[in-house]
Amino acid sequence: MGTLIEEIFSRKAGRQIHAGEILLLDVDYIMSHDNTTPLAIKAFQAIGKPILDKNRIVIHFDHAYPAPNVLAAENHKKIIEFVQAQELPHFLHQGVCHQVMIEEGFITPGAIVIGADSHSNTYGALGAFGTGLGSTEIGVAWATGKCWFKVPETIRVELSGQAQHGVYAKDVMIHIAGLLGMDGGTYRSVEFGGEYIDNLPMHERIIFPNMSTEIGAKCGLIAADEVTINYLENETPAEGPFEALHPINPRYERILEIDVATLTPQVSCHPDVDNVKPLAEVEGLDVNEVYIGTCTNARYEDLEIVANMLKGKKVNPLVRVIVTPASDRIYKKALKNGLIEILMDAGCTVTGSGCGACIGRHGGILAPGERALTTMNRNFIGRMGSPLSEIYLASPATAAATALTGKITDPRNLLMQIAE
Amino acid sequence: MGKAWTFGENMNTDEIIPGRFNITIDPLELAKNVFCEVKPEYAKTVQSGDVIVGGQNFGCGSSREHAPIAIKGSQAKCIIAPSFARIFFRNAINIGLPILECPEAVADITEGDDIDVNLSTGEIFNRTNGRQYQAQALPDFVLKIAEAGGIVNFLKTHDIQDLLMNAEG
Ligand code: SF4
Repeated sequence: MGTLIEEIFSRKAGRQIHAGEILLLDVDYIMSHDNTTPLAIKAFQAIGKPILDKNRIVIHFDHAYPAPNVLAAENHKKIIEFVQAQELPHFLHQGVCHQVMIEEGFITPGAIVIGADSHSNTYGALGAFGTGLGSTEIGVAWATGKCWFKVPETIRVELSGQAQHGVYAKDVMIHIAGLLGMDGGTYRSVEFGGEYIDNLPMHERIIFPNMSTEIGAKCGLIAADEVTINYLENETPAEGPFEALHPINPRYERILEIDVATLTPQVSCHPDVDNVKPLAEVEGLDVNEVYIGTCTNARYEDLEIVANMLKGKKVNPLVRVIVTPASDRIYKKALKNGLIEILMDAGCTVTGSGCGACIGRHGGILAPGERALTTMNRNFIGRMGSPLSEIYLASPATAAATALTGKITDPRNLLMQIAE
Repeated sequence: MGKAWTFGENMNTDEIIPGRFNITIDPLELAKNVFCEVKPEYAKTVQSGDVIVGGQNFGCGSSREHAPIAIKGSQAKCIIAPSFARIFFRNAINIGLPILECPEAVADITEGDDIDVNLSTGEIFNRTNGRQYQAQALPDFVLKIAEAGGIVNFLKTHDIQDLLMNAEG
């Protein structure tokens, strides 16, 4: 009985759990990446106890990989030595950690997965509890297999209706971020549901838990259903049977109802994710870079939208258009199906998979005074480079339309032409 | 007893300690540059026992622990804010930096006020204007971690299960 998070925690704890309780729970997987693992190693070594269960540890190289400088290379070296010494079985470097966690089948409904990365909330798209933590807690979990949680209250976001052509999950989530604000979900579980979510394929669902981080949420959850189970069975090596938990007589702290049919394309404007405007209000703003990548919007279907829009056309030659597939698997599929060629012919620079330009380490850094339109999830000042640059967040379709003109552009006209 | 240092809303981890200084995790080194862009005089004149008084959503941004480590390294006694960003909240607890949520105190404290805080009861006393505020008492397990000097130290001598012994829930 309870909200989805109460159900997930109750199943794990073997008793009825309520919001407000503090629990110490066994975690199923403990994720960290090249940016956060060194500190976790330090904490782990300071504790001085052995690893409880190697199989639960998953380490990724994605944030600054391949190493763009000596410091990153030293980090990588240190981590590889640790992986070797501890004989850790899950060491991966084939794309953004969150995407690879899902692709490799680590995420299943009801699982408890902690990650030393704030977007570990992403796993909620498959009905798992995923949350981001600091490195120390990762080191603690390596040694103990456990983590403490305060069971959060839940905000339910009920999405009804059908989105207009050219309006994607990203637009809907940006709109929600604008409504709830940067701290609107702090300490809360944000549960996304309703007929709009029910009808959404997995690659679009992922946007909501992924960006629940932007509103401060502890987790963003979507109850597992047939879409989830089919996805797990067909797209990942995860082995069932899968238990599709769902809320039972939940008591929500707040319910936010949105009819998505009313929405037009949305943009998160510089300098805050909740500085949200309908695209029409910022249309025509010049950009220097268009970045299509990250754990939010660089899946195969996103690249497909962009390729369809850019096919046979040329992007604005003065704009750097960078495409970074979220994972090698996505990259390979895009290559095989001709998307990469279309993107390159249109003038895009396609990079290897990973976090790429998202954290301003490499692969698309912005100069002072520059503006980027990207498919990322956050637009903190200086995130992509100079603190004097600006970041605007939007859907892959808006990014593609903007790449062609070099100005923030509504994708709907072009999408309509293609459809005809 | 300590001086209040006040900060605005949505203070993010980059404003607490800019990314370029995160090449070290030494608390004292980090403390040299804490708040360097938003309040450069802080690092130079902060005294042991001073209190940080923040705004809504204090510590938002990245999950990196350098921000609370830098504040702890500066010898601040605790942070009082109306609310904290979630990961910052946990990180602060885990490194043994006490944090108190108290919107009333924050609304009423001005920079430089002389503040006394009782961490186990959550009482905040403003000696400058004579007013008292009540934050929620910190849960037992948080005090245990703070007493041990952080969760890593706690685990050197305890089992993790000990955290929740006699605690709520
Ligand atoms: S793609 Fe960006 S937001 Fe996603 S994990 Fe990497 S750095 Fe973080």
